[in-house]
Amino acid sequence: MDFTYDDEQVALRDAVRGLVGKAYNDYEHRRQTVGEDPGFDEKQWTRLAEMGVLGLPFSEDDGGVGAGPVEIGIVCQELGRTIAPEPFLASVVLAGGLVSAAGTAEQRGEVLGALAAGESVLAFAHDEPGRRWGPKAEKVTAAQDGDSWTLTGVKEPVLHGARADVLVVSAALPDGGTGLFLVAGDADGLAREGYPTYDGGRAARVALDGTAATPLGEAGADLTATIATVQDITRIMAGNQALGAMQTLLKATTDYLKSRKQFGVTLNTFQALTFRAADMYTSLELTHSLVDWSTMVIAAGSPEEVAAAAARASLQVSRGGRHVGQEAIQLHGGIAMTAEYNVGMFVAHLTALDHLLGDGNHQVGVLSTKVGDYGLIDPLDV
Amino acid sequence: MQLELTAEDQKFREEMRTFFTTEVSEEIRQTVIEGRELSREQIVESQQTLNKAGLAVPHWPEEWGGRGWSELQRHIWHEEMQRAGVPTPLAFNASMIGPVIAHFGTEEQKATFLPATANLDIWWSQGFSEPDAGSDLASLRTTAVRDGDDWVVNGQKTWTTLGQHGDWIFTLVRTDPEVKKQAGISMLLIDMRSPGLEVRPIQLIDGGHEVNEVWFEDVRVPAENMVGEINSGWTQAKFLLGNERVGVAPVGATKRFLARAKDLAKETSDGNGGTLLDDPLVRARIVELENELLALELTALRVVAHSAGGEPHPASSVLKLKGTELQQAVSELLVDLAGPASVASGAGDGSDLAGWARTVTPNYLNLRKASIYGGSNEIQRQIISRGILGL
Repeated sequence: MDFTYDDEQVALRDAVRGLVGKAYNDYEHRRQTVGEDPGFDEKQWTRLAEMGVLGLPFSEDDGGVGAGPVEIGIVCQELGRTIAPEPFLASVVLAGGLVSAAGTAEQRGEVLGALAAGESVLAFAHDEPGRRWGPKAEKVTAAQDGDSWTLTGVKEPVLHGARADVLVVSAALPDGGTGLFLVAGDADGLAREGYPTYDGGRAARVALDGTAATPLGEAGADLTATIATVQDITRIMAGNQALGAMQTLLKATTDYLKSRKQFGVTLNTFQALTFRAADMYTSLELTHSLVDWSTMVIAAGSPEEVAAAAARASLQVSRGGRHVGQEAIQLHGGIAMTAEYNVGMFVAHLTALDHLLGDGNHQVGVLSTKVGDYGLIDPLDV
Repeated sequence: MQLELTAEDQKFREEMRTFFTTEVSEEIRQTVIEGRELSREQIVESQQTLNKAGLAVPHWPEEWGGRGWSELQRHIWHEEMQRAGVPTPLAFNASMIGPVIAHFGTEEQKATFLPATANLDIWWSQGFSEPDAGSDLASLRTTAVRDGDDWVVNGQKTWTTLGQHGDWIFTLVRTDPEVKKQAGISMLLIDMRSPGLEVRPIQLIDGGHEVNEVWFEDVRVPAENMVGEINSGWTQAKFLLGNERVGVAPVGATKRFLARAKDLAKETSDGNGGTLLDDPLVRARIVELENELLALELTALRVVAHSAGGEPHPASSVLKLKGTELQQAVSELLVDLAGPASVASGAGDGSDLAGWARTVTPNYLNLRKASIYGGSNEIQRQIISRGILGL
């Protein structure tokens, strides 16, 4: 049992922190970057590829680095500390994770190789209007004609769906279950309408109308369980990203309390404020512990254990993230309401992460179904 | 980062689990698990069972019964003990005065007190708080004035937990009223049978007699019973209170009570043909508490894993703050599960109500103390905001 990074992990953290911080420690640069499409810096994406970051989760045979969940978590935390807009979570962890888990060797080599090299952006088109979170596709359907497959229906919102070179699309299969398909960004019968999200991100409406698609992995196979597991891993990585953002928020808040003057004294003179900052610290540390633990469970646990750990981490990240975010704005006062100051945008990003794959109440619902089946939780027995 | 315990620590955990669940009296463990009150004899018997096996004071210097364990092993020992319903060694002896005497005491004091303290042959009471010195402990006013070979003590201590069982009391007394308040305090060990010392019970909101006032009227204390130098008592007090915060988050016991809450919910009708555990609001409440407890337990593991170098991990103050909040929240859940039966705290053997339902409300009321003692939770927030956040 060890909660510390080894030397190589520290080196990775410092390298990513250096690269990301150079770009986005200056919040104004982040603001300018997300102000224009595609909502991130293509050159920074290339630099991340050159550092090996975009291939971290994938095996060396597939053009990746073959790193473990702790390393991927480190990257997510560092991106979260500056809310760097490059789509590592959506493109590498989630969409790339699906290709890695479900694709044939040929598909993995081709799609992940290009992703790791920074030549291609992936997106996972899964959410459908009128429903909430889950691993299944319902309204986008797949049709088979001999060896060819077509997809029809609307996916929305699809993170980075307008910019993506390749879409990984989930669809209801003719014989039941949910399959995954690769769709080229320039395919006929694909209509994409991109728009900004409130946190400076990008999403899109992706309409498929008899659009040609290539089954990911074995044609016609039900991949619901695979999607669920990759979503669980993504939940944990989103938690890492949120943790990084929460750390920045607490630091910004304590710095502000020490420097901002009212009534002729700095704000840290007022216990009503410092006690609330202490409670933010408590929320942050509890979140840190669950995020670290769940990250380790990915490597050590069964899919069921990873699912439970992801729900637990997401629940805490949701509760802790809202607490830290809302208090950060309140303790700053009016300045945190402005777009030119970073705090409000960090809170916006935490809100987006919270709703990516299931908010706190959703996770309570998930965990409630099993709560009567066991006595104590033993976090080391995974 | 790695989740698994090492083979050595796994073996250690198994040994602890086996010992606690097989060697400590079943009746005592059941009393703890059901939340009933332990007698003095049960507390002594349990600690002597532990001490005989070298498991009462593992954190003391090895010369005096310590085991030289890692922080993680100590944590495992503590958790497994709570999980099994074994009463943790009397804090006043094992966590408070024992380490102080081992660290600051004379060789004679060590030889006189430490073996008897470990074995609970001496039951220690704590004489720190006074009516006007609570969180602001340094304002204490009980005086000790030198007279020949003795100190003569006058004043009043309060909130003396289980003082009715006490043989000796470790006190902070004012030995110099002229200097800055922290600089005029000394620590004295006082035999509670001394003439002029009187213990008076304080009845609490749970109906029980757990704490006391201790009055001193010209109590003569031999000079050799001072721990450390004269007027150095604040140093000993800080040392002691620092230790107090470490074990004060009873994660293992709170987990056990929460698991028990599930069993009790299953035994209670929801009035609609199901049990209380079928109620989605009850389930949701348990899930939330379980998750916060898990986060706290993992934070405790992070803290022990980082404390090896000597300096405590800064997150340790979170443990007391959050640990007591969750302890209270679980006790509150149990009252709500008992429903109308929770009122029957005075019911006797003739009652048809479940035994647990009769104890939950006194426990809930009693545990309001947890966020007050050991440095109130507001003091913990002060430590976090000043000491960690630099505010």
